[in-house]
Amino acid sequence: MKLKLNPREWFGGATEEYQDPYGQPGTGKSTHISIVTIVVMLFSWWLATFLELVPPLFLPSPEMVMSKFVRISCIDHYWQSALVGLGLAGEVTAECQGFSENPLHMHIFWSLYRVFTSFFLAIVTAIPIGIAMGMNRYARGIFDPPIEFYRPIPPLAYLPLTIIWFGIGDSGKIFLIYLACFAPLAISARAGVRSCSIEQIHAAYSMGATHNQVIWHVVLKAAMPEILTGMRISIAFGWTTLVAAEMVAAKAGIGVMVLNAARFLATDIVFLGIIVIGLVAFIFDSLMRRLEGTVVPWKGRM
Amino acid sequence: MTVTLKVDDISMVFPSHEGGSVTALNHVDLDFHPEEFVVALGASGCGKTTLLNLLAGFLQPTSGRITLHGKSITGPGADRGVVFQKHALLPWLNVIENAAFGLKLQGVRERDRHAVARENLDLVGLSEFLTYPVYKLSGGMQQRVGLARALTSDPEILLMDEPLGALDAFTRENMQELILKVWRRTRKIVFFITHSVEEALFLATKLIVMSPRPGRVTHSYDLQFSRQFLEEGNARRIKSDPEFIKIREEILSIIHGEEIDELEARVP
Repeated sequence: MKLKLNPREWFGGATEEYQDPYGQPGTGKSTHISIVTIVVMLFSWWLATFLELVPPLFLPSPEMVMSKFVRISCIDHYWQSALVGLGLAGEVTAECQGFSENPLHMHIFWSLYRVFTSFFLAIVTAIPIGIAMGMNRYARGIFDPPIEFYRPIPPLAYLPLTIIWFGIGDSGKIFLIYLACFAPLAISARAGVRSCSIEQIHAAYSMGATHNQVIWHVVLKAAMPEILTGMRISIAFGWTTLVAAEMVAAKAGIGVMVLNAARFLATDIVFLGIIVIGLVAFIFDSLMRRLEGTVVPWKGRM
Repeated sequence: MTVTLKVDDISMVFPSHEGGSVTALNHVDLDFHPEEFVVALGASGCGKTTLLNLLAGFLQPTSGRITLHGKSITGPGADRGVVFQKHALLPWLNVIENAAFGLKLQGVRERDRHAVARENLDLVGLSEFLTYPVYKLSGGMQQRVGLARALTSDPEILLMDEPLGALDAFTRENMQELILKVWRRTRKIVFFITHSVEEALFLATKLIVMSPRPGRVTHSYDLQFSRQFLEEGNARRIKSDPEFIKIREEILSIIHGEEIDELEARVP
């Protein structure tokens, strides 16, 4: 067998793809490169801690983060419980300690609950308002100033207001994340209304369509790709606002977990929280991209 | 002879960017008789697309009126089907759904509307692509879907706005023949816009030459080449016929003559 000396051959397919030297720059697959990047990042992290280049207070080792994950998630506790339930073990010896009085999955659950409630509320309000803005100059005139005004303001700046208005319960947190989700989604929906061509509209009219039929069968359908992209951007804003929203008087949530851990200088738990938020957001975005592929396969193709 | 569609002393004036106004059409008269294939030919800015938009009802004339069977046209309607140059299909629908779209708007049951659509798609040679997504079709096939779709509401008049303008030369010639065959089968009045003199001569039973500033009809020809093609079926022979070439050169010199006149008027 021939020894593969060219590193581009190590991750199959890379060499079969011909890079046109005079073509559009930056085409071709990059997944295998991304995988290398992730491996290198994890390895350098491990190496830096293994060689003790940085004190663990600043950079905890992957093993520390992993063991915190095991402890906070109570995996061993639930595993033993399952075994007992199946009659395979006598008793549960491992305690469930969790962190901030909650195991990891409860933190995740509360954060998901807040982010997705906000996201859902944004979908049912921002999409209709954005579409109305795109189709009606009065709606545009009314909603444009408030949206454009509050959109660039950092959520931390109006966090105190949401507390004054809504108190320290969940509604204030949800409202804060909702605001973060709302603007990008409304703007996308508004832009989406412009996606259809004048030919498509004229064609529908010349086949006897009424005004409402044109809106329903042409304008809104053509706006779908833009709206789905808006949803992806919107929920990303939701995740970025999560920690700010959970700063005040939340009992459970990934943001709370990170903030409490920071107070005790438990850097490993801060790391764990950041990784969990990143992973959850990434998984949801992948699902959304898959959804785009099935709902709007024509996107960018006509 | 009965006149189905009558363009009566139409003028169309648009406000221009400089604050003045542009006369896109200046006192145009035009009659459409049953089974006529009217082709409008002219340089950019001669108002031929404006004329089509007026016929379709997308625009209202500044003065004059357009009547269909004596009734004024006030807006777009299913009695006038339109085929566009491009970007007019709905990519979220497949071929047969696109072709059946007009009947869906009228609330026809799916089974019935698909039966009609299938017939029209058969007519344009797409019966094997019924469930294809339209964005996967070639440009020529997309225009066939556009033609089938315009036929589905069974309009009296087909308005075609440079439908072959974006196609390559080979596909274009095939499509010309296809359009003539569809015209013969469906016996509709066609109003067809093009930049190509040869295409205009080949398709038209009545050819109008338009010229710009202000947009107006300057010449009109009654032609038989399309009917001749439908009888004989040899497009190349017709296009190389001395008579065909003679008229082609005549029209070309009209169009070029105007261009030169205009250049000389602008450059003292």
